[in-house]
Amino acid sequence: MSEISNALALFYEFVIANPVFCLLAFITILSALYVVTLRNIFHCAIFLVLALFGVAGIYVLLGAEFLAAVQVLIYVGAIAILMIFAIMLTSHYSSQRISQNNEQTAVAIFTCAGFLLVSLGSFAYSVWRVRSIPLPENNTMTIGKLLMTDFVLPFEVVSIVLLAAMIGAIVLARRQGS
Amino acid sequence: MMMAYLALAAILFSIGMFGVLTRRNAIGILMSLELMFNSVNINLVTFNKFIGPDGLTGQIFAIFVVVVAAAEAIVGLAIVLLLYRNWRGIEIDHINIMKW
Repeated sequence: MSEISNALALFYEFVIANPVFCLLAFITILSALYVVTLRNIFHCAIFLVLALFGVAGIYVLLGAEFLAAVQVLIYVGAIAILMIFAIMLTSHYSSQRISQNNEQTAVAIFTCAGFLLVSLGSFAYSVWRVRSIPLPENNTMTIGKLLMTDFVLPFEVVSIVLLAAMIGAIVLARRQGS
Repeated sequence: MMMAYLALAAILFSIGMFGVLTRRNAIGILMSLELMFNSVNINLVTFNKFIGPDGLTGQIFAIFVVVVAAAEAIVGLAIVLLLYRNWRGIEIDHINIMKW
């Protein structure tokens, strides 16, 4: 019993010390749970937007402002809207009358809980060489310089990947014979 | 503090994996995949801040992950629309023509 109360006291201390992180983590995890469990797939998309906003807040806490902006622009602005478009285009098969989950829920819970326990255990028993020096100033400028110098080859490769994906999507979604 | 971020990412990844395993709707699977991508990105940015803070390699890798996730979403949704047009349904468990 004392171990449990000790853990609870540690948890309360952590919540008091990091209220912003705990709020963002709570919002993110709760919306993620709604994304995978709600019956109405449109509500799932709305909660996906909320979860992505929560992750953007986590990025700000981690000192990655540029990545937070990218997250809001690309994920919330483009991908989530794309999801909502697809839901509306296939709305007849996304209605609440049709069950959205298959019969593997128990097995899936078992698998995911096992994965979570294994990963948390491996995190807890690993020795990390944490260095507490600050990140480079001018996050956005540094990223831009790195993308144009050290990482220019991956940058170009990823642009070609995106172009190929767009062309592939157009070819796939085009009506046959037109 | 680093453990908290890693735990959040692990929980988010598990939730996304649960969604991928249980959803019947193809769009639901794609949304769960986005959750998993996001948890991986949280891990990358966390390691960048706490273990390699003298560079921004983790954040740049996270940007590449975002781009690849966007490409995946585009192609995935095109395939979903194609399935809807040809099979009149996007339930993954009904689409088993590639099952041996």
